[in-house]
Amino acid sequence: MGDLLRLATAGSVDDGKSTLVGRLLYDTKSVLADQLEAVNRVSEARGLEGPDLALLTDGLRAEREQGITIDVAYRYFSTPKRSFILADTPGHVQYTRNMVTGASTAELAVVLVDARNGVVEQTRRHATVAALLGVPHVALAVNKMDLVAFDESVFDSIAKEFDEYARGLGINDVIAVPLSALDGDNVVDRSNRMTWYDGPTLLEYLEAVPVLVDPGHEPLRFPVQYVIRPQSVEHPDYRGYAGHVASGVAKVGDQVLVQPAGRTTTITGIDTFDGPLDEALPGRSITLLLADDLDISRGDLISAASEPAELTQELKATVCWLAEQTVPVRGRVLVKSGTRTVRAIVQSFDQLLEIDSLAIDAHSDPFALNEIGTITLRLAEPLPIDDYRTHRHSGAFLMIDEADGTTLAAGMVLALEELPTPR
Amino acid sequence: MTAATTNESTLLSQLDVLESESIHIFREVAGELERPVLLFSGGKDSIVMLHLARKAFWPAPVPFPVMHVDTGHNFDEVIDYRDRTVADLGLRLVVASVQDAIDSGRVRERSDGTRNPLQTVPLLDAIVDNKFDAVFGGGRRDEEKARAKERVFSLRDEFGAWDPRRQRPELWDLYNGRHRPGEHIRVFPLSNWTELDIWRYLQREGIKLPSIYFAHERDVFLRDGMWLTAGAWGGPKGDEAIERRLIRYRTVGDMSCTGAVDSSAATYDQVIAEVGASRLTERGATRADDRMSEAAMEDRKREGYF
Repeated sequence: MGDLLRLATAGSVDDGKSTLVGRLLYDTKSVLADQLEAVNRVSEARGLEGPDLALLTDGLRAEREQGITIDVAYRYFSTPKRSFILADTPGHVQYTRNMVTGASTAELAVVLVDARNGVVEQTRRHATVAALLGVPHVALAVNKMDLVAFDESVFDSIAKEFDEYARGLGINDVIAVPLSALDGDNVVDRSNRMTWYDGPTLLEYLEAVPVLVDPGHEPLRFPVQYVIRPQSVEHPDYRGYAGHVASGVAKVGDQVLVQPAGRTTTITGIDTFDGPLDEALPGRSITLLLADDLDISRGDLISAASEPAELTQELKATVCWLAEQTVPVRGRVLVKSGTRTVRAIVQSFDQLLEIDSLAIDAHSDPFALNEIGTITLRLAEPLPIDDYRTHRHSGAFLMIDEADGTTLAAGMVLALEELPTPR
Repeated sequence: MTAATTNESTLLSQLDVLESESIHIFREVAGELERPVLLFSGGKDSIVMLHLARKAFWPAPVPFPVMHVDTGHNFDEVIDYRDRTVADLGLRLVVASVQDAIDSGRVRERSDGTRNPLQTVPLLDAIVDNKFDAVFGGGRRDEEKARAKERVFSLRDEFGAWDPRRQRPELWDLYNGRHRPGEHIRVFPLSNWTELDIWRYLQREGIKLPSIYFAHERDVFLRDGMWLTAGAWGGPKGDEAIERRLIRYRTVGDMSCTGAVDSSAATYDQVIAEVGASRLTERGATRADDRMSEAAMEDRKREGYF
């Protein structure tokens, strides 16, 4: 059996995104007869000529009635080579919030354009959000090639324009695929109407993208979730630190630093229900045993001693505002990073990213829903946190409303200026 | 750097990734919430969930009780399995009984005899009575369209209601379990698993299941295109004829609305081959309650269902 790739799709209904996702599911035989029957029934009732594959993905009553997509939906399909988790993010309603959510866990983003329109403002926004969230691979799906007579030159100019733009944003792996989601050309099966295209079909590309970059070049980050102390007859003195490897590799014998307290110790064992391990890869849930009897609890971060996370009490970061409610300057919030939650005060709203022009403006008002900008937070206690650019899994945080628990914003430790703005 | 390089042997397999993600979710809940409970029906998904919970806290025991919402229309094999598992692992079992709720007048029996929709009231009563603030459910996003939009941590109000428009966005692996008094969080550790993943994992881990998941002969009768088990719950009636057939169950729920499928699959390998080749979803093939309308699951979830 193969591995797992998480991807996000971005694009609007008009670009044919739901149809593309429906096509991926349908052509990989991930849609079953009863689901298809339901689609046929509804399509017929609406007087459509053929089955509307978009109906496969619109799950809620309001979506079907209004022909819109409300929220991020997760889809599952697999091929003999790989399994896929697809975050299907709607293009219209609350676009930024949804795409940021979908992109946060994605290793690949599929950005859709209509071949007749080419790269438009929205395409640039999608690419920018993917770059901001650090999605390593981006595939441009140039859809509706049937409506431009499968013209190679139309595809070439769109692909070239997007490639330059995306590389300018710092996305290194970019590919463009000409396709027709409606008819299935180059989605799963190779098109015989675009013989000039010799690249992979979209699915072939999804199957081939490397999932994991070399974990060895990142230092260990292990947020402690839970202290395991059975205090049983069998295990009277057992004390293990449960968590998952956020980045790097945990190895027996490694020197580690417990943050924020700042004590150094050594990993003496890596435990799992299925037996001990010598080393554990990123993403693996394990229990660490340490040489010294230190006071360690949930919220502590176990880091490579040679390269620990930076401790900060003044957090400057880029956030995407996710909630209807706002927070004023000097407002109090909670900041959750890894397993640690600390109180914070909003010191200032610093800059706003104009998502249409990608200009960075000086700004001092509280952010509103779907806005992206930079913020300065003063923390009640030191927080170990990394630079998001180099540590996607330990440089992120949530801002939470202390009173009602609302998730207010998604934060990343990076400066907007680090995002190269192509012109 | 001397660390591992990327090659086949150092990549986590899909099942390893899913397992680690679920364990992470269990530990987040145990670390942040006061009184969790795990819904355990003796069905395959809840069996996988309990297995993952054991892994998450080993060598300590699972630090929360399990709850069964009992419709009273149970398969004997499943109740036996439930009781044996609870005894073997030394767990505390809370039973929320639909029959008790009917007897006390809290809910009324439906004319069609189906009790699945009646589970919501005893479930919510048990959550309030036991002051549970986190409820682990075995729901998977691949099961159903409304479930595809569900969060891993799903906030419910005092009425247990799910409002899809007011869900919290969920980013990275940062889960937000904060809630106000009276609210609780439903947690779905198997969100990203598919039916096939569940079966492959059951096989890989050598987990035993109630025997009704494998092919056996049984007295059944046909209703709404599904084979239902004849039993005290109310079937068959009228001109519904009993037949003895070789069947197995793909899902296990209330007897009155859980259909069996014709099958000769008697081993994990055979079931995995059958599920992989099936042209019907498990709910489409076996659940009368989801056939009631396009939005049957969404409506039940809005009312506080799992």
